[in-house]
Amino acid sequence: MASETGIGASVKRKEDARFITGAGNYTDDINAAGQTYAVFVRSPYPRAKINGVDTAAAAATDGVVAVFTGADLAADEIGDLPCGWLVKSKDGSDMVAPPHPPIATQAVNYVGEPYAVVIGETLEAAKNGAEAVDADFEELPAVVDLATAASADQIHESVPNNQAYDWELGDKAATDAAFDNADHVATVDIVNNRLIPNAIEPRAALGEYDAAAGTYTLHTTSQNPHLERLVLAAFVNVAPEARLRVISPDVGGGFGSKIFVYAEETAVIWAAGKVRRPVKWRAERSESFLADCHGRDHVTTAQLALAQDGKFLGLRVKTKANMGAYLSTFASSVPTYLYGTLMAGQYTTPAIYVEVQSLYTNTAPVDAYRGAGRPEATYVVERCVETAAREMSIDPAEIRRRNFIQPGDFPYDTPVALTYDTGDYEASLDKALEHIDYAGFGARRAASESAGRKRGIGFSCYIEACGLAPSQVAISLGAGVGLFEVGEVRVDVTGSVTVVTGSHSHGQSHETTFAQIISDKLGVPFENVTVLHGDTGRSDYALGTYGSRSLAVGGSAIISATDKIIAKGKKIAAHILEAQEDQMEFADGTFTVVDSNQSITFPEVAFAAYVPQNYPLEELEPGLSEKAFYDPPNFTYPAGAHICEVEVDPDTGVVDIVDFVAVDDFGHVVNPMIVEGQVHGGLAQGIGQALLEHGVYDDTGQLLSGSYMDYTMPRADDLPSFTVDTTVTPCTHNPLGVKGCGEAGAIGSTAAVMNAVTDALGVASVPMPATPETVWRAARGE
Amino acid sequence: MEITLTVNGAARTVDVADNALLVDVLRESLGLTGTHVGCDTSQCGACVVHMNGDAVKSCTVLAGQADGADVTTIEGIGDPDALHPMQEAFRDNHALQCGFCTPGMIMSAIDLVQKGGGSLDETAVRDGLEGNLCRCTGYHNIVKAVLAAQSSM
Amino acid sequence: MYQFNYHRPSTLDEATSLMAGAEDGVYLSGGMTLIPTLKQRLASPSDVIDLGAIPGLTGVTLNDGTVSVGGMTRHGEVAASDAIPALADLASRIGDAHVRNRGTIGGSIANSDPAADYPAAVVALGATVHTANRSIAGGDYFTGLFETALHDGEIVTSVDFCVPDAAAYEKFPNPASRYAVVGVMVARCGDCVCVGVTGAGACAFRATALEEALATDFSPGAVDGVGVDHSEFNSDIHASAEFRGHLVGVLTKRAVARIG
Repeated sequence: MASETGIGASVKRKEDARFITGAGNYTDDINAAGQTYAVFVRSPYPRAKINGVDTAAAAATDGVVAVFTGADLAADEIGDLPCGWLVKSKDGSDMVAPPHPPIATQAVNYVGEPYAVVIGETLEAAKNGAEAVDADFEELPAVVDLATAASADQIHESVPNNQAYDWELGDKAATDAAFDNADHVATVDIVNNRLIPNAIEPRAALGEYDAAAGTYTLHTTSQNPHLERLVLAAFVNVAPEARLRVISPDVGGGFGSKIFVYAEETAVIWAAGKVRRPVKWRAERSESFLADCHGRDHVTTAQLALAQDGKFLGLRVKTKANMGAYLSTFASSVPTYLYGTLMAGQYTTPAIYVEVQSLYTNTAPVDAYRGAGRPEATYVVERCVETAAREMSIDPAEIRRRNFIQPGDFPYDTPVALTYDTGDYEASLDKALEHIDYAGFGARRAASESAGRKRGIGFSCYIEACGLAPSQVAISLGAGVGLFEVGEVRVDVTGSVTVVTGSHSHGQSHETTFAQIISDKLGVPFENVTVLHGDTGRSDYALGTYGSRSLAVGGSAIISATDKIIAKGKKIAAHILEAQEDQMEFADGTFTVVDSNQSITFPEVAFAAYVPQNYPLEELEPGLSEKAFYDPPNFTYPAGAHICEVEVDPDTGVVDIVDFVAVDDFGHVVNPMIVEGQVHGGLAQGIGQALLEHGVYDDTGQLLSGSYMDYTMPRADDLPSFTVDTTVTPCTHNPLGVKGCGEAGAIGSTAAVMNAVTDALGVASVPMPATPETVWRAARGE
Repeated sequence: MEITLTVNGAARTVDVADNALLVDVLRESLGLTGTHVGCDTSQCGACVVHMNGDAVKSCTVLAGQADGADVTTIEGIGDPDALHPMQEAFRDNHALQCGFCTPGMIMSAIDLVQKGGGSLDETAVRDGLEGNLCRCTGYHNIVKAVLAAQSSM
Repeated sequence: MYQFNYHRPSTLDEATSLMAGAEDGVYLSGGMTLIPTLKQRLASPSDVIDLGAIPGLTGVTLNDGTVSVGGMTRHGEVAASDAIPALADLASRIGDAHVRNRGTIGGSIANSDPAADYPAAVVALGATVHTANRSIAGGDYFTGLFETALHDGEIVTSVDFCVPDAAAYEKFPNPASRYAVVGVMVARCGDCVCVGVTGAGACAFRATALEEALATDFSPGAVDGVGVDHSEFNSDIHASAEFRGHLVGVLTKRAVARIG
């Protein structure tokens, strides 16, 4: 039954009370008695051999507690930072990942790579010590350009041609045949610009070591504390899992960048054990720019083969993906299984062949960033589609319509390994066209023209695979971990409920959404549900939050646990009411004997479970607390239609987004207010990629966009208000019928903006980001 | 050196280093961790507080410059039982997600509305929040919240 | 930040003698550039001398066709003044609200950042920069990248601007930092037209070719035939020298159009 706080209601967030009053508890807000401060000494060179690191002066600096180099970690058998997803090349060989010591030992391979860490009594002392570290570097020529990286100097001894892997997906022969039979081929050459994630909370860590117990506690800004613990224990060798607790308290945004296990958190927890005192570190923003994993950075050529009537016959994609200097935690999966598999988009394209060569360069490692592979795929597909429509003079909405997978076609097997469970793509497009007033566009364009401005409209009909992931599918494709989720529902004696989830909220609102589910399913007042997360000491092993998985996977685990609570509650209620278990019904917080007026409330059952006086102890354990692990049977497939309308000032190249419509199908929605907020944020990041954001290295490997003075973050005055709407085809394979909404905005919007900009200028392509000078030059036909 | 300032209505005297920042005084000396640090170039606005009636970035004010000043932080404008109208508007309009930029955003927004004479429109709000970065909300709901608070403040 | 000695003098004399006695002193006015520089350890002064407690250095006053702005006047106060609307408009577009609440005109022009806004007004509005014991003509004040005609230890006490018949400031902000990629102040006073440009070169300058064309024909169209030499212009990831040269023309036209 729908209620004001149940599923479907825009309930105000539980989290907000602390955040709007300044009572949030972020990692940097936490201090430990006697704590020291870590400062990392970072390479000024993109590529250099380390001949030696002299720490004597640093160690002698006032207030310096200790100085550690990579050799110190190695001597303690601290292992390399691993990549958790094994991708194989076309020839069947394993990907090649170079050794990645947390603190560099033999060589540095990107500007900002740490080669020493100084622990000080104060931050200032540690900084002074860091300046006194004297390293003997032998500078080597840097490999920066992705397009030529394969034939450039070899960066790592163990990696020929700087190649991590050369991967393929799809049927090459069938695709070649499709092109042989095509009436038209549309070709696009695309650079998907490097982005720097920039969660507003910088990464931070506080490591503590309890010598008496031999245990470590790491507070850190992680999206997935269990994964952090697993890697630190099993691969890096800090301590066994049972003696290592990782806590992610309030975390100020992640967008993927806080999934990964980084050098700094690793060094902090290890160093806490060495100096036997707490060690604190908070990244300065300049460090975030240099050493957080970056996102995107592809160079792609793609071709779409079409029949005369605009039907898609085949798609061919050849991509070079930049991995940066090392293979980060999930880096290998992003341009492969999260990218190539999405190339069917919403369309019936029968033959698709994707090749991806991932290469190392002397730049910061690249890994998942909001959308992770799927924005890149959408950009390829939707730029191809738009280009074909224009070249063939077919209306861009119409060409999509002609190729949509139809509602009756599901489940639909794509030629790139996915099975879409459900969708209605035309419904989203129709609604979006209505919102944007597509029919009125011509008149608006004419009005702009007469005011000396160029107006354009761009479409993007995206699909994403999220709700990561069916464990066995993922493991068979190279994942090193299962991707289920855990949920625990602890009913308290008085009938209130504590939920422990393995998902982690760093803005997603789990405390509210999951409480709504419990309130709805168990009839417990919303305010009597508390959601706990982000602590390996509280929940079972879990996989955390990324890939829009929290509700579809973590929420499903909670539903499973809730089902167990209800099943047990029925046994208890049946005993008390002297009825048969199969006669019991549960609704709105009350157990009722069918066709009778005999009932007992949920809190009464809970009380009986913990004060088992009238209770079948011989058959049933006391207590009412259940846990479930949920492994999804398939990915979920959110999809939608984004339409962007822009006005371009041809004199300055400034692009104004005058209207942006996003109509998304997330299946059922638990909290519309929260879902809309997720879409808004994703749109800002997707639009940011299209118009503003660019991680730029110069030819020598120095990061030019290394602060907010040069990296253009979307600000309030860069963006419009958005029109956001939904359609609903419920996911067929999870109990809530939900799909996930965290990444859709970032996945769909970029292509819509770029299609609008090229439409406005009447040109085939504009490099991304479409900054003023870039647009000005494109407008002049350069 | 010793400085005396009024923070959230109470006179506070603290001993600080000559090179301390106002944000250090608030977070470390006074334990007011609601004021955040998100960058080192005075761009992000997570550290915004009111000083002598103006919104300022507390990461770009030396402690000595704040000697004698009247400072209000996010902790000083309301509490969960008696929220400031701007806090209320942020909650009601879902104008925050991760919450990290929120204190600075709220403090900037209050100053903006107080000086806006009740006549701010969407463009003016967007322009006025230029000095505060949010990575979560796309600003859509922040703008709504500020306009709503303008009516209720 | 490195350690330094912080001082807060209450008179100009005290400030200058503190500076004279310091090994490597620096004045602090609004701090909007200096403090971030210190935070990143890009400067290591021995002494920071805060001018914030010296009375008499703030305010905007109109006197006999001249607007005088105290050296420690914050951008926000200039933005709220009405004597020269174009100057107020320029000030309202500096940085963000927080910068305008702290940053000062004296600090800005003493720093001479090539992308700061005020310099365009200093060169275009017949300004005179006053220090404790001398006056410097606006046209002579900026001497290069982060360089001015100020002597060591000299403090900008006020800046006078001539009230023009009409003026307008057009700015193309850096999308990231919001400094001026190019800013153009066009001022008309009788038959004389001044075009002050900031952001484009090493320091602010007057675009004399544009001024001559506009003196003959004060219309946007007059700009079209005038080439802007961008060979010495700045170039960065946001705008090439060529694009900056183009923007000088576009912004000049727009300023002229606004003046009407």
